[in-house]
Amino acid sequence: MDRAEVDSRIRTLIEPFNDKNAEVGEATTFAGDLEFDSLKVMDFVAAIEDEFDIIISMNAQAEIENYGQLVDAVSELTAR
Amino acid sequence: MTEGISQADRPSKDIAPPTGEARDLFSKFDEVIETRRALLANGVEDPFSLVMERVLSPTRAICNGRDTILLGTYNYMGMTFDPDVIEAGKHALDNFGAGTTGSRVLNGTYQGHCDVEQALREFYAMDHAMVFSTGYQANLGIISTVAGKGDYIVLDIDSHASIWDGCALGNAEVVPFKHNDIEAMDRRLGRIPEGGGKLVVLEGVYSMLGDVAPLKEMVAVAKRHGAMVLVDEAHSMGFIGEHGRGVAEAQGVLDQVDFVIGTFSKSVGTVGGFCVSNHPKFEILRLVCRPYVFTASLPPSVVATAATSIRKLMHGSNKRAHLWENSKRLHGGLKALGFTLGTESTQSAIVAVIMPDLERGAGMWEALLKEGLYVNLARPPATPAGMTLLRCSLCAEHSAEEVETILGMFERAGKAVGII
Repeated sequence: MDRAEVDSRIRTLIEPFNDKNAEVGEATTFAGDLEFDSLKVMDFVAAIEDEFDIIISMNAQAEIENYGQLVDAVSELTAR
Repeated sequence: MTEGISQADRPSKDIAPPTGEARDLFSKFDEVIETRRALLANGVEDPFSLVMERVLSPTRAICNGRDTILLGTYNYMGMTFDPDVIEAGKHALDNFGAGTTGSRVLNGTYQGHCDVEQALREFYAMDHAMVFSTGYQANLGIISTVAGKGDYIVLDIDSHASIWDGCALGNAEVVPFKHNDIEAMDRRLGRIPEGGGKLVVLEGVYSMLGDVAPLKEMVAVAKRHGAMVLVDEAHSMGFIGEHGRGVAEAQGVLDQVDFVIGTFSKSVGTVGGFCVSNHPKFEILRLVCRPYVFTASLPPSVVATAATSIRKLMHGSNKRAHLWENSKRLHGGLKALGFTLGTESTQSAIVAVIMPDLERGAGMWEALLKEGLYVNLARPPATPAGMTLLRCSLCAEHSAEEVETILGMFERAGKAVGII
């Protein structure tokens, strides 16, 4: 799966979580810009894991702060 | 994405940066300092600085100057003042001294440490038992040692802090799943790459809401995926299951659990932690488990009281029955009064009363204390879903009359604070 497709699928998944209807760009941060709280992060991660049939461990989540990093990580995990 | 995750007892990594003042290493605590200041500014007694000036029994103490019924001690079986237990402790203190001043693997293994491990093997009918200085250290040690680099820990999102800290201390990949969700656990286990070792970590009773895990189904799923299973039975030992061995025993899957973690600081009535197992290589953990090796062992009096208490708990079925009666009466009574509870039915000796917010929760806590009742106030981030809870834990030594008195106190306090 190429990065553009991963990007487009995550954009669809993020919609119900984006209560602020904030513009989502590569540098958009989840905690800061989107104000995701702990429950939302958990549900959002679970939704991505189920969509792509991957595991994003806590260790991997620790490296992800913004949207671009998430798309990169999922692209890499789906390529394995 | 790491920010924001402070679900349940998970360590919080995101605390807002301070504004306007010089920063130092303590600036990261500013948000907590402010929350506490705002709470105490309302004139409420500090829920986290209670002092018990005298302890009269497992269920009564003088707290902040008031004669108080204790309903938040986890002293489920009331063993703290058992005459045989106290006698054993005094005897050990006289004959073995106040402390060991040493690690279990050096000068810190006395006859009493071997005896309490023997008592645990008898209690659980298992081959191996290893005693740690606290329950926290038991989880820290076993989880961080058993699951190493390249292995996967699959755990419930509402796990206790000691489980999360065990994950953080080790090098395994950490994969949480939604609380008590069998399918979510199944899917995550199924995605683990070939060759990765798997440890599933569950609890018998989850202490925040007092709910029980569907261990029968979960253990079966874990075994189907070839995972080892660790179950923390801290809040069920001594009480749940025919022999008091916990939820895994009650649900008939204890023989498939690889590691049971427990504590001496609840039903056993003293302090300490342990792991029991049937794994043939279990004993090697004594040499490779750092939280076991690099700390002083429990004092002789503590292991003597624990061994005596554990052996008495083996014959505690009458007390277990009375504790169930107490738990059901309190749960049913609070529900009838109109309180919102953490579970629909009575699942354990913990009854969690859900408060509308922290402010009214603290108000209710204080009103109960003034009535002469102590319960635990639990607030985020230790609680699931940001809830404020008044957590009640019953004791087999509470009389039926005391439970009625407690219900009367809840009714008056709840009406005064405007919760019911």
